[in-house]
Amino acid sequence: MEKSSLPVRERLIKSNKTRLNGEVRGRVLVTLCAIIMISATIAITIFLSTKGLQSFIKNGVSPIEFLTSTNWNPTDPESPMYGALPFIFGSFAVTMLAALVAAPLGIGGAIFMTEIAPSWGKKILQPVIELLVGIPSVVYGFIGLTVLVPFIREHVGGLGFSLLSGTIVLAIMILPTVTTIATDAMATLPKSLREGSYALGATRWQTIRKVLVPAALPSLLTAVVLGMARAFGEALAVQMVIGNTRIIPESILDPAGTLTTIITLNMGHTTYGSIENNTLWSMGLILLIMSFAFILLIRYLSSRRKI
Amino acid sequence: MNTSTLPRTAVLNREQISETSVTNKELILQVKDLDIYYGEKRAVNTISMDIEKNSITALIGPSGCGKSTFLRSINRMNDLIPGAKAKGEILYEGLNILGDNIDVVALRKEIGMVFQKPNPFPKSIYENIAHALKFSGVKKKSELDVIVEESLTKAALWDEVKDRLHKSALSLSGGQQQRLCIARTIAMKPSLMLLDEPSSALDPISNAKVEELIVELKKEYSILIVTHNMGQASRISDKTAFFLSGDLIEFDATEKIFTNPSVKKTEEYISGRFG
Amino acid sequence: MNSRVADRIATSVFVAIAIVIVSVLVGLFSYILFNGVSHISLDFLTNPSSNVRAGGGIRDQLFNSFYILFITMLITVPLGVGGGIYMAEYAKPGRVTNTIRTCIEVLASLPSIVIGMFGLLMFVNLTGWGYSILGGALALTVFNLPVMVRVSEDALRSVPRDQKEASLALGITHWHTIKTILLPTAFPSILTGAILASGRVFGEAAALLFTSGLSTPRLDYANWNPFVENSPLNIFRPAETLAVHIWSVNTQGLIPDVEDIANGASAVLILSVLIFNLGARIIGSLIHRKLTASK
Repeated sequence: MEKSSLPVRERLIKSNKTRLNGEVRGRVLVTLCAIIMISATIAITIFLSTKGLQSFIKNGVSPIEFLTSTNWNPTDPESPMYGALPFIFGSFAVTMLAALVAAPLGIGGAIFMTEIAPSWGKKILQPVIELLVGIPSVVYGFIGLTVLVPFIREHVGGLGFSLLSGTIVLAIMILPTVTTIATDAMATLPKSLREGSYALGATRWQTIRKVLVPAALPSLLTAVVLGMARAFGEALAVQMVIGNTRIIPESILDPAGTLTTIITLNMGHTTYGSIENNTLWSMGLILLIMSFAFILLIRYLSSRRKI
Repeated sequence: MNTSTLPRTAVLNREQISETSVTNKELILQVKDLDIYYGEKRAVNTISMDIEKNSITALIGPSGCGKSTFLRSINRMNDLIPGAKAKGEILYEGLNILGDNIDVVALRKEIGMVFQKPNPFPKSIYENIAHALKFSGVKKKSELDVIVEESLTKAALWDEVKDRLHKSALSLSGGQQQRLCIARTIAMKPSLMLLDEPSSALDPISNAKVEELIVELKKEYSILIVTHNMGQASRISDKTAFFLSGDLIEFDATEKIFTNPSVKKTEEYISGRFG
Repeated sequence: MNSRVADRIATSVFVAIAIVIVSVLVGLFSYILFNGVSHISLDFLTNPSSNVRAGGGIRDQLFNSFYILFITMLITVPLGVGGGIYMAEYAKPGRVTNTIRTCIEVLASLPSIVIGMFGLLMFVNLTGWGYSILGGALALTVFNLPVMVRVSEDALRSVPRDQKEASLALGITHWHTIKTILLPTAFPSILTGAILASGRVFGEAAALLFTSGLSTPRLDYANWNPFVENSPLNIFRPAETLAVHIWSVNTQGLIPDVEDIANGASAVLILSVLIFNLGARIIGSLIHRKLTASK
């Protein structure tokens, strides 16, 4: 490549030459990918919202009845009732309970990995967590169905298909999420916190309880909320063990139903466009709104990190 | 100025900013009132200097005083840093290369850069040099072979690697890798080479080899070298520029700077009073 | 209570928690593998499934699972890498970039059943395709795209900066630098990420219930023409995957040996996911060793 004898102006000033085209082509390509992502998100939101509102707008179902009535009987020929509260309650109940179980286990596991056995704890628990993540949700549901449900039926009470089964299955499913994020939260605490506490003569437990956990609290809460978000949206595993009723359970051993379970079961059985079908879409809308709510909650928690 | 009608080797009469140069030596670079900002912060304060062709100019000064920033503005590498802005002019053969209308990619072929830490591509030794060549249009293997050998020879590396051109460049020692980076820059046939502390990451023996190389390269190229090593600056450069906190304190023949500097601050730095 | 005693009690509680977690995993895995592996035979893998009688296999479902995975990856990997390149190399800090990040976050946190509903709306009804492999793959794309973008972006950002600078300083354009220097170096991480993501996609069911459906037409495995109705390669046909099959046999409960089938299918699923994970790990460390050994 001999230095051309062109004057410097011709060599170095931009022109409409082909080199720019390669650069432009590449840029356009990847920008397109970014645009696709934005469009997909917008499309999903718009389509689901529009379809979800159909039951209220087109079919005249009352939103208040939908959200507060416990009477779900859409197939009643005389007075069909569309109270979705049992499912809303079911979703929240099983999510909260699962979080209640998974939080101490997850945070405890995290503390084990970072404080109790920092040298080898992670090497054992980390692969275990990764394997737990890898198990598909249907398999969790299936094992719940064949092992947990009969166990509860025989040794604890009720039908076995119950809120309790749903809670346990979900808790195990969200455990990896909670543990991983809680571990990150604990691991990124500055060493000086620990050192300062030990230097004052505190025991390890005192350090954990009074210094470390409060310091990591926003991140630990984030871990739990992320787990809850996952639990709220889980469909198949819950559906296989919870009983799928249409009434609010009175005890933890009673069967229940969630938004996801009723959608799973009835979407295929109802005619597209019918009122009953439309109400299922409205439940889907509730799920979408809750996803957004969880994201906002997590963002809020992240912004309040103390360290 | 209509440069297209003048033969390229015409001597251009210009105001000389440096006091010593009375001769009409041809200039390859003229910096006029250059300011460089990172966002709001000014890193380089209104610098002006002239660089002669086929000379070695050393830029010395304490860490963080703007030498590297100045160097990187010449081949527009500062464009990569968001918020970096340059004001003033840098005339390369009479053309202000800070303009928006400049084809930066073509510019960097004529103004090459070697970095502080050797950064060969994770490819073979041959490919390291051929890669950029292929991009700029040299496709025939015979041509590539010639240029690869030429560049490695000029970089004093050919004998050491000629039998393993297709081995990974990462298998070379630090000094060899740096000479490979120099070879790869030479292959593009630049007129100006910017060296940013090229041997600071090398051991003394490799350092000596690289210095030898740079002095040889002066015959064909013009060189600007940033260095922390004052011994190096005094050994190999023709002119030296002393930077401090973004200002150009003194710019003169190397001998003068190191034996009888005009500015007190220069004298203090040279004698190790600070730095 | 003495603080030392409290400390010891606390320590044992934490150890107990760790033990619980490990035993849960061990329990789950042994249950599946113990009960399921015995059902995996060549017959099981190559016989068509049965809706009412005992002795069905999972041939079609297994094929469908892999095929949908393949199509999904075909779509998401280029899109994901493209998006990753944009985020790592072209996106300037500002409102647009923040919007894209939010979109990625939203897509990543949607429950899979909601994605399935969107797929039903868009890829089954709106387009008129009915239940189809393509519809399922597109639904899974929504699911998988954020993962691939994140994987690619991280991989590109971890390429050392001086490589990029070296290339640009030689007069190579940004795009060419990305293509010939950054992407090759980032490739191992992207590959590992893609294989791990495949594991997730392979086990996904909720998003496929309403998009690729609960049934498979009778397939003629001798016919590889994708445009023919009963060719296994036809992407416009319904396709029940392995994960969906496990769910449907348990919910419909018609076949007498439902537990056996489900156990066997679960074992196959888990083993496949394990192989994906292991494969990703092995490839990752192989490539890592190759790169660093040459230094």
